[in-house]
Amino acid sequence: MSTTATAVGVSSKRGIWGGGNEPLKASYGKLMMWFFLLSDIFTFAAFLITYAAIRVSYPAYTGSADNFVGSNEYWPIPELVFEAIPFVHGLHAPLVFVGIMTFILILSSVTMVLAVEAGHRNDRNDVVKWMLWTILGGATFLSCQAWEWGHFIHGTDSGTVLTYVNSLNQLVTETVFGANMYVNEYGPAPFAQLFFFITGFHGFHVTLGVALLFMVFYQAAVGTYEERGHYEMVEKIGLYWHFVDLVWVFVFTFFYLI
Amino acid sequence: MATAQSALHSATAHDDHEHHDNFITKYIFSTDHKMIGKQFLVTGIFWALIGGFLSVLFRLQLGFPEMDMSFLKPILGGWIDDTGALNPEFYLALVTMHGTIMVFFVLTAGLSGTFSNFLIPLQIGARDMASGFMNMLSYWFFFISGVIMFISLFLETGPAAGGWVVYPPLSALEQAIPGSGMGMTLWLIAMTFFIASSLLGGINYITTVINLRTKGMSFSKLPLTIWSFFLTAVIGLLSFPVLFAAALLLVFDRSFGTSFYLSDIYIGGEALSNTGGSAVLYQHLFWFLGHPEVYIVLLPALGITSEVIATNSRKPIFGYKAMIISMLGITILSFVVWAHHMFVSGLNPFLGSIFMFLTLIIAIPSAVKVFNYLTTLWRGNLIFTPAMLFSIGLVSFFISGGLTGIFLGNSAIDIQLHDTYFVVAHFHLVMGSASFFGLMAGVYHWFPKMFGRMMDAKLGYIHFWLTFIGVYLVFFPMHYIGIAGFPRRYYTWTNFEFSSMYTDLNMFISIAAILTFVAQFIFLFNFFYSMYRGRKASLNPWRSNTLEWTTPLHPGHGNWPGEIPSVYRWPYDYSKPGAKEDFIMQTVPLSATPESNLPHEQELVKLEKEIISEEEEVLIANESRES
Repeated sequence: MSTTATAVGVSSKRGIWGGGNEPLKASYGKLMMWFFLLSDIFTFAAFLITYAAIRVSYPAYTGSADNFVGSNEYWPIPELVFEAIPFVHGLHAPLVFVGIMTFILILSSVTMVLAVEAGHRNDRNDVVKWMLWTILGGATFLSCQAWEWGHFIHGTDSGTVLTYVNSLNQLVTETVFGANMYVNEYGPAPFAQLFFFITGFHGFHVTLGVALLFMVFYQAAVGTYEERGHYEMVEKIGLYWHFVDLVWVFVFTFFYLI
Repeated sequence: MATAQSALHSATAHDDHEHHDNFITKYIFSTDHKMIGKQFLVTGIFWALIGGFLSVLFRLQLGFPEMDMSFLKPILGGWIDDTGALNPEFYLALVTMHGTIMVFFVLTAGLSGTFSNFLIPLQIGARDMASGFMNMLSYWFFFISGVIMFISLFLETGPAAGGWVVYPPLSALEQAIPGSGMGMTLWLIAMTFFIASSLLGGINYITTVINLRTKGMSFSKLPLTIWSFFLTAVIGLLSFPVLFAAALLLVFDRSFGTSFYLSDIYIGGEALSNTGGSAVLYQHLFWFLGHPEVYIVLLPALGITSEVIATNSRKPIFGYKAMIISMLGITILSFVVWAHHMFVSGLNPFLGSIFMFLTLIIAIPSAVKVFNYLTTLWRGNLIFTPAMLFSIGLVSFFISGGLTGIFLGNSAIDIQLHDTYFVVAHFHLVMGSASFFGLMAGVYHWFPKMFGRMMDAKLGYIHFWLTFIGVYLVFFPMHYIGIAGFPRRYYTWTNFEFSSMYTDLNMFISIAAILTFVAQFIFLFNFFYSMYRGRKASLNPWRSNTLEWTTPLHPGHGNWPGEIPSVYRWPYDYSKPGAKEDFIMQTVPLSATPESNLPHEQELVKLEKEIISEEEEVLIANESRES
């Protein structure tokens, strides 16, 4: 069904909501994307509420930050957990790496906007160029996240001595390095579980986004949209990409700042 | 004007490709909303039979606890032991699957899926849904979900058995009960597909209603059916993702060692490694869907009832705007009352009183709707078609079941009655039976549009009266059993002194339930027989106003052979004073009915004429361009 077909031959006297037109001035495809994103907000909201509920059930660390050690008795200070950067061993750089990651993702949103704008001008070369940059940004973000996860799982040199019930249901006291689903050296078990689950779910969205971006990039490059006469697909994928970006801002706030 | 031509082209393209549909594209991978609606209906009927049959099985156990059920061995096999008794674990699985199937597969997919798909494009004047492909996906996701759920019925360890709400830790730990093993895994996978299906459907319904209404079909001229489907889709869109989140967290707790819902659990004296989670968190997430789900089930039924009652009372629906505002109110309120399912979960009593207050507010829009139905019926020229009877039945259940809702909404009373048969009686009347009657009303009413033939009215009457009386005989006594304190989901009642005195009442309920179930086969026969042998329907058999009755008897893919008709008036112009007939279809311009126009409508005639002439000019210009 043609996207512009419904608005044909309708008297302006019918009014915006009088039928026979697109009252929100958006094609059905774009509306569908908006409604999908609306429902996805609720999925992420449910996860972040889960995070908050479990987070507040643990006491915060009360001592001074200098003496901080990980423990499964209280919630850790995030900036003392996420303080590493690649290739520089042992440097204390709180939130620097995740800051760079976030910046790259936001930058990819900017290039996305430029791709959409180029689409409005029906400029095929520019669309292809900016789509490529966006894909690059998304892929870089994912690579950074992979490193971040790797470091989180691998852990620090010293580890932490913890007393906990292991996966074989035995009470043990031992030095724990890094993190898995049962125990981690940073804080209570749910700290790592929630980290893996929520950043993982977001990462899944980004991965899906990169795949979709690539599809659109390819179709733009081979001229499918030029033939079609409009670049609306770029716009739709742009909505999704901005949403994924926005969600990251919330995830970032919950995990790294609070 | 290039766009105008493409519009005409797309219209003719739809008609064209009707001709070379083969069996697979027409009946299986169909993108035609009418066929998809019928697919949902037939699948829904299939699941209703399974769900009903499961309830008969556990009613046998409840009504006749000492009974020798060996004769069921051919079907149930090892679930009946050598003494002929039903396996208690399987009893739990039966109630769980009955609930899941009825709530999701029958009353969500079977009701909303059928009628939203079938009626939205026909009643708003669209050629199809916004995306026929997504619509097809929606059905096939539902189908896959059904296949997985069906397979889970035949597992050696049985299907999920933790109740339809699948609360952890019971559902999270495989060691807890056999049903929490593979059965629960399949339940979660099936529900994931189901959620994807309803999201695909819902996004489509909303977008279609916003973007594809025909000329003149403003929101204030929409039939109440469409309003109800629209709001149902909105509720589903916002609440199903939360169930998805809850289910995904549960999947991780079950399979990947997390402890989002688990903490401080000992099994056989041994501590589990899980710490830090909260089982109550699951209840909050679940009921954030669970309560809106009630309205996902009920609103479409109420919409169908509005349409059927107005048509068969030959009167405009009373309080059209009040109906819309009530539905909007119900939609909003449905999201802020979930914790009334959790009054005994350790919820702060003060918070409980807030949720109680919000819950009781729902009584207002609900009562507005009931009074509007009654006032529409009041002094109407009632025509008792089977659809009309089922609609009136719905109103009856909505009242009798709704009144007990006011009891249960009060936390002080709910704490006494929680998880007793009083609750079972309440929701089976107000949500289960009422929605089921809405579904039936819809089938009887739109059968001629679906299949071009009429269902047999006499069989419809018999079906109605048996079902109507049967439902009351089943669920009314349950109130007393519930007040006496008997908890739901218990395998047997005779072990306790206080409840063994209710054995005869239970026997009575079971017999009534079995008879009611058997009565549904009258409908089944009527449905399939009429599909092929029924009396040929006329174009507008109920003399109704809405657009679907302007289509040909067997509308093709694209619904209207030529131009889509424009709409000039609301859908409830029945028995208008001065009019020649007792109904005026939505496609009749005000300028054509000066004899019956009200003063404010007469004022609109001039504007209407201007619009018509303006649009005709465009049309003529297009046609000359085409030729």
